Amino acid sequence: MLEIKNLHVKLEEEDKQILKGVDLEVPAGKVHAIMGPNGSGKSTLSYVLSGRDGYEVTEGSASLEGQDLLDLDPEERAAAGLFLAFQYPVEIPGVGNMTFLRTAVNAQRKARGEDEMSATDFLKMVREKAKDLKIDAEMLKRPVNVGFSGGEKKRNEILQMAVLAPKMCILDETDSGLDVDAMKLVSDGVNALRDAGRGFLVITHYQRLLDHIKPDVVHIMADGRIIKSGGPELALEVEKNGYADILSEVA
Amino acid sequence: MALPQTKHDTTEARLATLSLPESGWSAPARRAALARVREMGLPAARDEYWKFTRPDTLTRPDVIEAAVFDSGEPPFFNEIDTLKVVFVDGVFDADASDDLSLEGVSIERLADVAGTDIHWAKDLYGTLETNGQDPVARPLAALNTAFATDGLLIHVTGKPSKPIQLTYSHADTRSDAILHHVVKVEAGAEVTILENGPAAARFNKCTEIDIADGAALHHVRAQGRDHERRAATHMFTRLGEKSTYKSFTLTVNGVMTRNEQVLELTGDEAIAHVAGACVGDGDFHHDDTVFITHDAVDCESRQVFKKVLKNGATGVFQGKILVKPGAQKTDGYQISQSLLLDGDSQFLAKPELEIYADDVACSHGSTSGAIDEEGLFYLRSRGVPERDATNLLTLAFLAEAVDEIEDQALADEIVSRLEGWLTRHG
Ligand SMILES: Nc1ncnc2c1ncn2[C@@H]1O[C@H](COP(=O)(O)OP(=O)(O)OP(=O)(O)O)[C@@H](O)[C@H]1O
Ligand SMILES: [Mg+2]
Repeated sequence: MLEIKNLHVKLEEEDKQILKGVDLEVPAGKVHAIMGPNGSGKSTLSYVLSGRDGYEVTEGSASLEGQDLLDLDPEERAAAGLFLAFQYPVEIPGVGNMTFLRTAVNAQRKARGEDEMSATDFLKMVREKAKDLKIDAEMLKRPVNVGFSGGEKKRNEILQMAVLAPKMCILDETDSGLDVDAMKLVSDGVNALRDAGRGFLVITHYQRLLDHIKPDVVHIMADGRIIKSGGPELALEVEKNGYADILSEVA
Repeated sequence: MALPQTKHDTTEARLATLSLPESGWSAPARRAALARVREMGLPAARDEYWKFTRPDTLTRPDVIEAAVFDSGEPPFFNEIDTLKVVFVDGVFDADASDDLSLEGVSIERLADVAGTDIHWAKDLYGTLETNGQDPVARPLAALNTAFATDGLLIHVTGKPSKPIQLTYSHADTRSDAILHHVVKVEAGAEVTILENGPAAARFNKCTEIDIADGAALHHVRAQGRDHERRAATHMFTRLGEKSTYKSFTLTVNGVMTRNEQVLELTGDEAIAHVAGACVGDGDFHHDDTVFITHDAVDCESRQVFKKVLKNGATGVFQGKILVKPGAQKTDGYQISQSLLLDGDSQFLAKPELEIYADDVACSHGSTSGAIDEEGLFYLRSRGVPERDATNLLTLAFLAEAVDEIEDQALADEIVSRLEGWLTRHG
């Protein structure tokens, strides 16, 4: 599904290398987790994959189902099936959440040559999914993320993911800022989307999320590289001992 | 005090092209207005009040041609049932206009009744304009009072069942129109007045509005899509106790627009909202100049002006709230913002507060900025193409101004026109 090869990325504005050769493959139907110290480049990887400005790929490649991602505009990547749940969801004053969702869904359908969804079908679909995430009608009417609490913003990201039904979901610290109940809601939302045709890349600092969303593979990222990969037990090791052992082991 | 020579010369050159109607009830007001023009002189580039907007094309004796623009679109407010009054290049078009009778209101043409000696409008014609000359001179309004060739005298005594729509068509590339309207809304009455169209190559329009106690006037205006037209408009509004005035203006295109709103809240608990959205691409200069005087207790005023500018377009906002001694519990809000879609455009703003009462809440803010890159990426990452995302954010920026329109059908029409413009200018 998602294939990243020897990806090198520097900042466009300054001479700072952030990703220094990332190799990663997430097959369809699998959940991969990435853990790693602050500043190791996890968010950068997710931004580069989704096409944010400000980064320059100096080497390597990234593709989704064989399609080169790096040449595409962000909206084309989304239409191709990539989704990023942001570490810091953006507030958009003046644009209602519902309008935002409908615009996004219809834009993606149009890009894929599909018909727009009827307003009633759309409303029904969103209401159902929102209910599962305990997002009420009031929140759907409000401007996107404006005045939402940290946890509400994260749930709103998962709602967007559920509505857009992407093929490849990247979740950047979706667990941060969530209370215990919300963590459960969000995990249930993610698990409901797990499917043989869909891949997940879950970035997190905590084992707790991985109790709910069971990963197939755990990767450790440090200083712009994946330095170690393993099964779910790797996350437990990090939880217990931190990164020191793994870092020294690789050095 | 004698005028500076160049100002005197410019003023006299303009006056020489116009002729003063000598008879009828409006004659004394017109003569007085002419005297005011001679005393003030027409605006000049060095006048403080014209610091951001060059007045020369609005004051020169000859008109600069303006191409007639055919948008191919249905006319504004087409879907809404209105009483329609059409002026083409400032000349009344009887064939295109509806019959002027409507329950709850009397509508007459200034040109029709000018010859009579007695008329209800006599007390107002030029009166509110004169009041509005202090503390800041507005010579183009006085010029209008003196020389207006036509206009409507609207006397609202009830609640007419539909809006009165003034359509200003532009057909002659060299037209120079001067229209003057007087609107009197009696106590408890309520009316909606719509205006639309570019009107002429050069348009000078003045409206004097007197809103009595408990009365309400809603005003929505769209100034057409002609690129080369020029306009100077004034609205002088006096508000009585518990009265309401809500005015919204949409301006798309136009090389030169100066819209002045001069409001006087004279009765307690009056509410006045003036708002505007303008979008300009390239050779576009738009100036909103607002002066609101609070002279009563417990009144509310709101100014919401939003400007979207690109390719060297210029937006100007001069807005003042004056709270007179004793005007306690005044609630005054003013916001003027521009969205600059590129680095070539500019926004010049002069917000002012002058307060002589102690128990008031007044706030003002003025900002100028580019499209929010974070928001843009967020939308694009959800699959919304860049242009659509930019337009969505632009409409969101304008929303606070458009939201000032109470009637949903009118607001929807304004939004759809804005969408059209954004699509064409993306
Ligand atoms: N636009 C930028 N300008 C300057 N430095 C940047 C920029 N983007 C990323 N960096 C730097 O790149 C490094 C990697 O940042 P990134 O946000 O990818 O880390 P992370 O692994 O997601 O960290 P965290 O766990 O704290 O979220 C950091 O040192 C960060 O400061
Ligand atoms: Mg991060």
